[in-house]
Amino acid sequence: MFDFALQSAWLIPLLPAIAFAVIGLGTRQNKHLSAKIAIAAISVSFVLAWSVLGAVLTNNITVEAPFIAKTVWTTIGKIELAMGMLIDPLTVVMLTVVTTVALLVEIYSLGYMAHDPGMGRFYAYVSLFVASMLGLVLAVSFFQMYVFWELVGLCSYLLIGFYYYKVSAREAAKKAFITTRIGDFGLLLGIIMLQIYVGTTDFAELQLQLPHYIDVSGTGLLTVIAFLLFIGPIGKSGQFPLHVWLPNAMEGPTPVSALIHAATMVVAGVYLIARAFFLFNQIPIVLEFIAWLGAFTAIFAASIAITQRPMKRILAYSTISQLGYMMLALGVGSVTASMFHLMTHAFFKALLFLGAGAVIEAMHEEADIFKMGGLKERMPVTCKAMTVGVLAIAGIPPLAGFFSKDEILAAALEHNFFLFLLGSITAFMTSFYMARLLFVAFYGELKDDCPAEETNDFMRYPLVILAGLSVVSGIWGHFFGFGEWVRFGAPVHEGINFFVASSSVILAAAAIWLAYAIYVEKRWSAHGLAAKWGIFYNLSYNKYYVDEFYALVRYYGCFMVARILYWIDLNIVDGAINMLAKLTGKAGGTLNKVHCGSVQLYVICFYGGAIIVMGYALIYAYKVLTMAGGAF
Amino acid sequence: MENMHALSQILLFPILGALIIALTPKEKTDSIKQIALGSMVYPFIITLIVYLKYDTNAGGMQFSEYIPWVTDLGVAYSLGVDGLSLPMLMLTEIIGITSVFSSWYQDKRTKEFFVLLLVLIAGVTGTFVACDLFIFLLCYELVVIPIYIMVLIWGSTKRVPKEYAGIKLTIFLLMGSAFMLVGIVAIYLTAYPEGMRTFDLEKLVLSSRLGYLSSDFQIFAFFLLLMGFGSLLSMFPFHSWSPDGYAGAPTAVSMIHAGVLKKIGGYALIRLGLMVLPLGAKFWAPLIAVLAMMNVLYAAYIALVQKDLKYIIGYSSVSHMGYVLLGFAALNPVSLSGAVGNMVAHGIMASLFFSQIGYVYERTHLRSVPELRGLSHQMPNVSLGFMLAGFASVGLPGLIEFVPEYTIFVGSFGVYPVVSVLAISGVVFTALYILRMLAKAIFGPKSVKFDKYHDAKGFETAPLVFLGFFLVILGLFPELFMGVIRSGIAPMTPLLEKIADAPTIVDAVIRYIGIGGGLW
Repeated sequence: MFDFALQSAWLIPLLPAIAFAVIGLGTRQNKHLSAKIAIAAISVSFVLAWSVLGAVLTNNITVEAPFIAKTVWTTIGKIELAMGMLIDPLTVVMLTVVTTVALLVEIYSLGYMAHDPGMGRFYAYVSLFVASMLGLVLAVSFFQMYVFWELVGLCSYLLIGFYYYKVSAREAAKKAFITTRIGDFGLLLGIIMLQIYVGTTDFAELQLQLPHYIDVSGTGLLTVIAFLLFIGPIGKSGQFPLHVWLPNAMEGPTPVSALIHAATMVVAGVYLIARAFFLFNQIPIVLEFIAWLGAFTAIFAASIAITQRPMKRILAYSTISQLGYMMLALGVGSVTASMFHLMTHAFFKALLFLGAGAVIEAMHEEADIFKMGGLKERMPVTCKAMTVGVLAIAGIPPLAGFFSKDEILAAALEHNFFLFLLGSITAFMTSFYMARLLFVAFYGELKDDCPAEETNDFMRYPLVILAGLSVVSGIWGHFFGFGEWVRFGAPVHEGINFFVASSSVILAAAAIWLAYAIYVEKRWSAHGLAAKWGIFYNLSYNKYYVDEFYALVRYYGCFMVARILYWIDLNIVDGAINMLAKLTGKAGGTLNKVHCGSVQLYVICFYGGAIIVMGYALIYAYKVLTMAGGAF
Repeated sequence: MENMHALSQILLFPILGALIIALTPKEKTDSIKQIALGSMVYPFIITLIVYLKYDTNAGGMQFSEYIPWVTDLGVAYSLGVDGLSLPMLMLTEIIGITSVFSSWYQDKRTKEFFVLLLVLIAGVTGTFVACDLFIFLLCYELVVIPIYIMVLIWGSTKRVPKEYAGIKLTIFLLMGSAFMLVGIVAIYLTAYPEGMRTFDLEKLVLSSRLGYLSSDFQIFAFFLLLMGFGSLLSMFPFHSWSPDGYAGAPTAVSMIHAGVLKKIGGYALIRLGLMVLPLGAKFWAPLIAVLAMMNVLYAAYIALVQKDLKYIIGYSSVSHMGYVLLGFAALNPVSLSGAVGNMVAHGIMASLFFSQIGYVYERTHLRSVPELRGLSHQMPNVSLGFMLAGFASVGLPGLIEFVPEYTIFVGSFGVYPVVSVLAISGVVFTALYILRMLAKAIFGPKSVKFDKYHDAKGFETAPLVFLGFFLVILGLFPELFMGVIRSGIAPMTPLLEKIADAPTIVDAVIRYIGIGGGLW
């Protein structure tokens, strides 16, 4: 079974792709059949993915000895571009996480999308997304990764704009695509340069050839390439300054936010760097940059999340912040910590989003947490699940976030104390805003007109399962040797760093207590605090005006320039030709005094004359040039 | 004969169809349409067979036909296809048949319309299968007349009157032919001494290889060809005919013109410009690269503020031709195959765009993006067409444009790094204007005023199904066309290596400015 799964791992992405084709071409109108097809496909993929995990464990496949199978997709010149699968522990972590979350999300959507007429379309898009994401995970080369990287971007666009009739959704989809496209531009350049200057984009070949390349050519060009490659993850994984699309992406249906914009697609950037860590590892300056940018993004986004009111937006900024964490971990050289956090984060963040979806649906699309309150009485299961999620992300032991966050902070501390400090402050903020969300929405007084009721079974069970995973995945990872398995270089298995562990637990507990004091006990007034720290509150509430800045850039950098260029095109480029035509026409007219009355003939004369004059001028210029240049 | 005169059948069948239609009474519009369709379906099937039977391992000209015609002048009816022209021929047939589908509800002077359409298609076909420059020119001139008449009678007036659009389109076509006529005659006269002169392309290539064409002559003649074919390919700054012309033209003409006709420019630049005048091509290449970059960015920017759908796609097509020119300018096998592949890809997606715009315009008489809001509510199928063509334009993998574009980038980056980076940044701007168009015209709240129009159904979806099929299949399996193109480009490799170190315009300018080279 395991060997079969390993050999047919290509089925894992292919099955959802087939589901997409079948739903898209056939059963789109039939909601329930479409859902069944999609869920059947992802279920088989899920089983296969976990079997691949078994195969990797039993067949002694390690990061040094991956399983590779590929086939030529297309050839350019003499370069063969292959598609295939590269399976090592890193891949397997992603495969299992993606298929697990996807399966749960698709089951959850049975309940969530039940009343949406576009349910067939929804399952088609989600299937396409899952297929693309799994293709990305299995990629054997940067090229293959880019192909699927673009496709997940397309799916993200389609799903953010799922409610295409809403102007906000349509604009958010556009924004997401364009912003990530800017990152993709860098990534594409990096890949092309790798192809040209190193000669291959295949991971295994690159790993072999890179030392030789560095011996011969040095790391100068490679530094440029590594920076360019990193721009892709900046866009896709919502790092500053290209993070702006992710909060808007919450316009999509909530299951999509959970699957794509929390658990899977947005971590593609982290995965890309982890996959190509052998390259980034050669360029310390780029790693340093990744670490600082990640740490900055983490604290920056956390400081915004503190003051936001819509539940999903808080979670979105939280996602950006946690992605910053993962980048920080990569930057300080710990692939293990980064991938570990990627896994635990996928579970608890999917849980939080799905919980938020349940709440928002129960509240009849009211997303503002301050319009909620006391929901724990109405939605006990959801409340418990959300509580687990909040404690997990806050890093309270023994939940998942504690172990993974700890590893990141420990790695950061080893590298640079200031990075550790930034990480710890972020952890404090994270606990605070997540506790705030929980206390304001679920505790406190129930509002009189609150319509909320517990969700249906389809939506509840995935929550419970994810809550279970959020509890155990950290312990599993920690005690069953995640670090010996998913790693770069020598196996590292550190015990718990007690300084880091105790400091982060104390900070998290303090933050939760603070949130409790403000929002439940109301020891201090939240409004009073906001007024007192007015400048900071406004900056945070308005997201540091980054969006406004981009609006200006977009207006002046694109549309104003475009208008000017259009004016030039009409009046100067086209105008010159028209003018020339007119002048020659006039000259001809006075000479011949021919008035044939036919406008068309007249225009032909205009243009014909113009062309002759231009042609003559150019030939003259050519002659001058050749005479001056001597013999060529 | 072995090959059953396949190419002659492909070339002459539409003309036969046009003749039959000309003899049909004009009231019988249904019969006329059926004849038109039949006289496109048959050559399409033959082309498909030729495409599948073409031996890429052997390469070179296949399915050749040769009948001496005017022996004194060295003119022969000589046809043949190789890896370069076969994809273009296939493209012509795909778009030709779709343009008939798209014109199915053309009820104004149906008879004349289809006669001209078939002549137009035959003309374009001829330019791609001709192995004799005289036949090439003849077919090219055959194209000009129907285009002009069709714009005048069936065109539409928006920003500019259709008369202006028609004349502009025609003038630029004629300008192209004037320059190329001079260039071709010059080549004809120079290549061989009197008595041996020939229009046979292969012999002209041979003459060039034997060194009968001096470097200076090649530079001069290539410049003429560049003016002609470059403006046909809407090279900056000779692009302004393209948006105006497409806006004025009826759907079928826009489809054929944007889809294949302007590709004659790119095709001829390679076939004639590069193969006969390699030193000339090398000399002007840096200039072409810079202009190509201008095409990409300048037109993409302008497309951003266009309101008329046809203007957006018109400028978009100018922008995409920039990639073709960039691929040409880099002058290596990789970039050239990318350039040809991009012509095929752009042909299919541009004609899909125009056919969908044509459908919308036929119903609503609107093309302005601000007025067309939320069309997907009433016309989901048409919207799907827009989305497919749009995503292909953006260069998404899995659709036809991705691999050719990537090929061009890989091919050109090593040669012109700076220009290439700027041109590649076009991927962001393309996404900007395409998504802006989709967002405004297709998505958004429902407009009640469109409730009375119905979606494309049944036969009306033929262009979408047909072009969409190729868009996806060739995107998923790019070897289907890139493989053939590669086999057409491969024989040029020695030639390209030979001219790699030939002087370019940059060298000439440096020599002109910094005499003695001290400054440089």
